[in-house]
Amino acid sequence: MTAPVIESTAQGLEGRFPGVVTADTRAGYSGYVVSADKLIDVATALRDEMGYDYLSSITGVDYIADGKLEAVYHAYRTSGGAALTLKVQVPRDDPAIPSLVSIYPGADFQEREAYDMYGFKFSGHPNLKRILMWDGFGGYPLRKDWKEAYFEQDLKPFDSRWPGGNFYRSEEKNPFGHNVAYPEGFNLENWAPEKDVILAPELTVSQMAGGVGHLKTDTIVVNLGPQHPSTHGVFRMLVRLDGETIVDLQPVMGYLHRNHEKIGERNTFLQNMPFTDRLDYLCSMSNNLGYALTIEKMMKLKVPERAEYIRVLMVELTRICNHLWAIGFLLNDLGAFFTPALYAIRERELILDFFEATAGSRMMCNYMRFGGVARDLPEKLNDENTMDFLIDLVHNRLPKAFDALHEYLTENEIIKSRCIGVGVLPPQQAIAYSCTGPLLRASNVPYDLRRAEPYSIYDRFDFNVCTRPNGDIYDRYLIRMDEMYESAKICQQVLRDMPKGGDILAGKPQYTVRVPAGESYGRVEGPKGELGYYVVSQGKNNAYRYHIRAPSFINLTILGELCKGHKIADVVVILGSIDIVLGETDR
Amino acid sequence: MTVSSHGNSGNEEKGKIKMYGLGVLKGMVVTLGHFVDTYVDDIRWLSSKYVSPEKKAYRQSTKGKGLFTVQYPDEKLNIPERFRYIPFLIYEEKDGKHEDRCTSCGICAKVCPPQCIWIVRTNDAVTNRPIPQPKEFYIDTDICMNCGYCAEYCPFDAIKMDHNFELASFDRTTAHIYDKAKLDRPLSYYASLRPTDYAAEEKARAEEEAKKAAKKAAAAAAPAAKS
Repeated sequence: MTAPVIESTAQGLEGRFPGVVTADTRAGYSGYVVSADKLIDVATALRDEMGYDYLSSITGVDYIADGKLEAVYHAYRTSGGAALTLKVQVPRDDPAIPSLVSIYPGADFQEREAYDMYGFKFSGHPNLKRILMWDGFGGYPLRKDWKEAYFEQDLKPFDSRWPGGNFYRSEEKNPFGHNVAYPEGFNLENWAPEKDVILAPELTVSQMAGGVGHLKTDTIVVNLGPQHPSTHGVFRMLVRLDGETIVDLQPVMGYLHRNHEKIGERNTFLQNMPFTDRLDYLCSMSNNLGYALTIEKMMKLKVPERAEYIRVLMVELTRICNHLWAIGFLLNDLGAFFTPALYAIRERELILDFFEATAGSRMMCNYMRFGGVARDLPEKLNDENTMDFLIDLVHNRLPKAFDALHEYLTENEIIKSRCIGVGVLPPQQAIAYSCTGPLLRASNVPYDLRRAEPYSIYDRFDFNVCTRPNGDIYDRYLIRMDEMYESAKICQQVLRDMPKGGDILAGKPQYTVRVPAGESYGRVEGPKGELGYYVVSQGKNNAYRYHIRAPSFINLTILGELCKGHKIADVVVILGSIDIVLGETDR
Repeated sequence: MTVSSHGNSGNEEKGKIKMYGLGVLKGMVVTLGHFVDTYVDDIRWLSSKYVSPEKKAYRQSTKGKGLFTVQYPDEKLNIPERFRYIPFLIYEEKDGKHEDRCTSCGICAKVCPPQCIWIVRTNDAVTNRPIPQPKEFYIDTDICMNCGYCAEYCPFDAIKMDHNFELASFDRTTAHIYDKAKLDRPLSYYASLRPTDYAAEEKARAEEEAKKAAKKAAAAAAPAAKS
């Protein structure tokens, strides 16, 4: 896929760059510490010589006790295998690091996020400005010395709740209006949000396009969103148009930002579980699994057999739900209003009923625990035996529904003419931009974490990693159809092999877990792409660092490139084919 | 690494798509199928459309056909036993007196992810020692995220999750802060809400007590045997 690579192990890195790269020897940590000034050289060697062509995640950690900020990079090979972790340590008062956008273009949004949250100065970044917060925001929220407006205490549980828990509302102590802090020198009166100049000066430069025949035309800047049904939430696209053709596009996000990661660092480990539901709220089971796996890795827990099977069943049903939803709403974006969407999500309804009967909630499942799942499957579901229901569901009902969807949509001429050849993403570009999930596989890159780095018990199942050759919208639609068949296949095997009884949780249910000090990066193949959790523990009840590598967020890096040259109506469809959820994008 | 047999391989160029409309027609057959299903189903359940629990169970089963939307609030879906919404507190009625199961141990307040549970522990008026009984118990239901941890980790089965989800009101400041009077429910309410869970818990408790009694009996028997 990329230029021929000289296969060499990551261990060679220290020898290749003596004095620059040193192994990270802290207890519980892995990877290498790189000095900031040589980062570009090391990253180039990683990509070109060692085949680490895919940069999964960039984030930061604030080691305030040492006076250091640490940037953490996770790189992988798309041929499969474990991560190579790089760390760059810089002083807190001058956190300058060279930007990796020139080597891995997928670093773009992630570096902007790290700048936004920690204040890293990525030199050489083409567009380093805040991405989730707005310009009038004071401070870097994920630094350990930053306190939120309704700050009460560093770590939960709060002392005010028990035993002397006399209730008060936080607004009484910190009334509205006193809960905002602006950056130094920021003047609210002079700030004009409607002026796109602030957000994207390069977009507003008026240029004489002069393209249409002999007419001299000018380009205009149009806002798509934030309040627009096509954006699947509160999301905005700043578009420069030449007539109806996109010249440039920039996503603007953060409208749903609630600093999930800061909340996660105040919470105890267990308390984070229901919060992960709210990331990609269509796929809470996958989110639960990713987080549970990350913590189990650190605690070295062994999950009982039955729980493993239940987990896989839940996650694959979630994938089907998500893809049904994505396909249904892709048709909405194409203008086929709601009939296809409702036909598609009919079976999702049955799956959600099953989730509700098992976990207690349709979407906010909060079902997985460290070392297993919360509850066993119920015996009955609406007076029907649960196993009978499931078997009928995955053997008959779901495959039939997928067939019907194929009948209904796949050969439809309108869909074909709108989708084929639109928003084409070549494989090299897809990898370079850190795209994952169906978006990547539709571009003919057979990279699926369930095969590339199997987790849970996925190595036991027989399923195909689907790919499609063209990387256009039509292929992204088809790949989701393919994956649903494969998921149903996995579910069938789960129901066949699942032990009839046995434990569903390792050990006794515990509400405080102590996680050994160290770091852990756990990732799962979520329905939307690679969902990663980077957790640092210092041996206490709370996570010191809790970062989410959100597929919806990182897949958006490519959006502008995909849209260039297409018509404005196609933007909506291209966005729909990437399949984002704003709860996860903005976190 | 295989390409499934469904759909074409996508090699067609945009200009070459054959526009005979057959694909659209084929799709319309599917729509027609849904249309017919809906009528067949409607006629079948004519007399009991909005009320019958069988109709709802049928709609929520894998056999369900026809319309799958419901006319809320006239028609509501069956709620499974494990469904969780806002927590409530259980009291038992003994000799006409309300006896709280809650001992104000504070585990629910500690495990609560959004920290919406506030408990005031009762202290003895004379010795100032804590008494295992809550003086006040608040839940800010605006903040509650319905995760169910309080019910899951309560060692006394004193706090459980309710099924009632229709809590909307026009007051956003105080109406949603539930105090103990508003949270208290009799044990019988819980037993009717979650019969399976209730039966399992009662069984476990009976076994535990039988074990304790057996231990006590053994302990009582041991010195007797010695002497």
